[in-house]
Amino acid sequence: MADSTLKQLVLGRKDVQDLSDTETELPPDLMTVNMGPSHPAMHGTVRIVLTVDGERIVKGDVQPGYLHRCFEKESEHATYTQVFPYTDRLNYVSPMINNCGWAMAIEKLMGLTDRIPKRVEYIRVIVSEMSRMTDHLSCVGASAMELGAFTAFLYFLKSREWLYELLEKVSGARLTHSYVRVGGVSKDLPADFDADLTLCLDKIEGVMVEVEGLLNNNKIFRDRMAGIGAMTKEQAIATGCVGPIARACGVDYDVRRDHPYSAYPEVEFDVPLGTTGDCYDRYLVRVEELKQSIRILRQCLKQIPDGPTMVDDHRVGLPPKRDTYNTIESMIRHFKHIMDGIRVPPGESYTFVEGGNGELGFFVVADGTGRPYKAYCRSPSFVHLSTASQLIHNHLIADVVPIFGMINMIGGECDK
Amino acid sequence: MAQKVLDALEAKFAHAVVRTGSAHGDEIAWIKRENLVEVARWLRDDAAMSFDYPVFCTCIDWLDWKPIGLPPEQHWSEDKPRFTVCYQLRSLTHRHRIRLEIEAPEHDARVPSLSELWPAFNWQERETFDMYGIRFDGHPDLRRIYLYEEFVGYPLRKDYPKEKRQPLVRRDDLPINPIKRAGHEEKR
Repeated sequence: MADSTLKQLVLGRKDVQDLSDTETELPPDLMTVNMGPSHPAMHGTVRIVLTVDGERIVKGDVQPGYLHRCFEKESEHATYTQVFPYTDRLNYVSPMINNCGWAMAIEKLMGLTDRIPKRVEYIRVIVSEMSRMTDHLSCVGASAMELGAFTAFLYFLKSREWLYELLEKVSGARLTHSYVRVGGVSKDLPADFDADLTLCLDKIEGVMVEVEGLLNNNKIFRDRMAGIGAMTKEQAIATGCVGPIARACGVDYDVRRDHPYSAYPEVEFDVPLGTTGDCYDRYLVRVEELKQSIRILRQCLKQIPDGPTMVDDHRVGLPPKRDTYNTIESMIRHFKHIMDGIRVPPGESYTFVEGGNGELGFFVVADGTGRPYKAYCRSPSFVHLSTASQLIHNHLIADVVPIFGMINMIGGECDK
Repeated sequence: MAQKVLDALEAKFAHAVVRTGSAHGDEIAWIKRENLVEVARWLRDDAAMSFDYPVFCTCIDWLDWKPIGLPPEQHWSEDKPRFTVCYQLRSLTHRHRIRLEIEAPEHDARVPSLSELWPAFNWQERETFDMYGIRFDGHPDLRRIYLYEEFVGYPLRKDYPKEKRQPLVRRDDLPINPIKRAGHEEKR
């Protein structure tokens, strides 16, 4: 975008004399600075072309796309089940939520939504909330570290690791779980999961008391966060912001409460709201959501019923392994299921869940074959990043770091 | 739930609405391209509608549309418009939602931009342009967003081969845009 009113001056083209210390006044011209993509605070995936007046940002052109891996094109060539590993890699700090979102999108097209077993719904809520916690822990921890609070970062990553270890026990993989399936989950929770998670939540609560003590009234942290990158409620709505960012601005909207899915109608939780919409409020909202997630998890552990972990429908579930090896019919069914994929009747639908960063949606068009005709992902990070150039406007270059950290742009999800 | 939105829309804009329908809990209205901005503005500003919240914008390419189990006249053919641009909207006050679908033929793949009404569509329309080559008339800054300017073609169109490579950094030892063929290793 060539803005003709802005005079741009590239430092490298200046004469050496111009850079001498004898000049008492700084040159009045605007300067163009490249921030990222190889910049520690840009998380390696975003480039911002800043036009600066001294340290003040006049204009910032945010350019995503460095992590574009063609999620949608690849999905169109994969069976519905094969898309799960791709969704893991969308928001890779909360892959379980993406898994659930994709599974629910397909179930909706197949008309299975009301037939999902209760236990599956609860398991999905449990793993989703654990993923939400890993997401918020990484976001808050990393942002604190970028502002110099390394201790908070280590504490939070330590507790994130406990959750990852538990999720590894559940799914077999630490980071890219691919645990949820269309119609259910791939396997039941491990035997001692109850006790493990309870212990883990108790430990995390302890860590949170410590970290909140370190950060909440920390002068440096507050000075860098409060009043920085503020957005009004109207702006947040018009720019399509969702999740913690919108709630920090006072937008009272949470998919889990307003369009409840899975077992969310059966658990109690509060939706925290901010007032000022700045980075500090975003931090507070995320911390409060962590506590609410713990609350949801404790209720789920109490209420989770026994039952099957896959809907009883031959269209989506694999036959039991014992049958596959012993009867030809099940063998054929298994083969067709793997090779042709789940046959989804023609139709289009938009399904959305509350992801770590807000409304994560899948718009799927099915044509009756085993592969999606179109799979579009409504990624909250992409929407949030589009507000970044407006948020950093008139701030200092140093403020880009907390603003960017609290937007919590996840490259995989934003760039798809 | 939102059937009354569709009814109100049809009553108010009979000339602009091609048809309406519901599928899997989503209300869909097919709008004529030339009336889109007018309809969208009313949906946003009318108190009973107040679709204040933009959800997403994307496009469907119907080139390969041969759904199993549906009669051949529902398959895509040359005489039908190739693209459908979808705008999903939601109202935070009334909790209803609607999807506007606008058809655009291949030789004239343009749709009026809604980024004036909802700033969120600014980037989403850029993404749709980048991936499908839909031109959004009136968009303030229609550039590619994920891909680089030198990229040729639109990757999410059905006629763009999945295996096609377009390296940004040209190398003399690599052919330009090598295409992988079945059974052949890509030559280095």
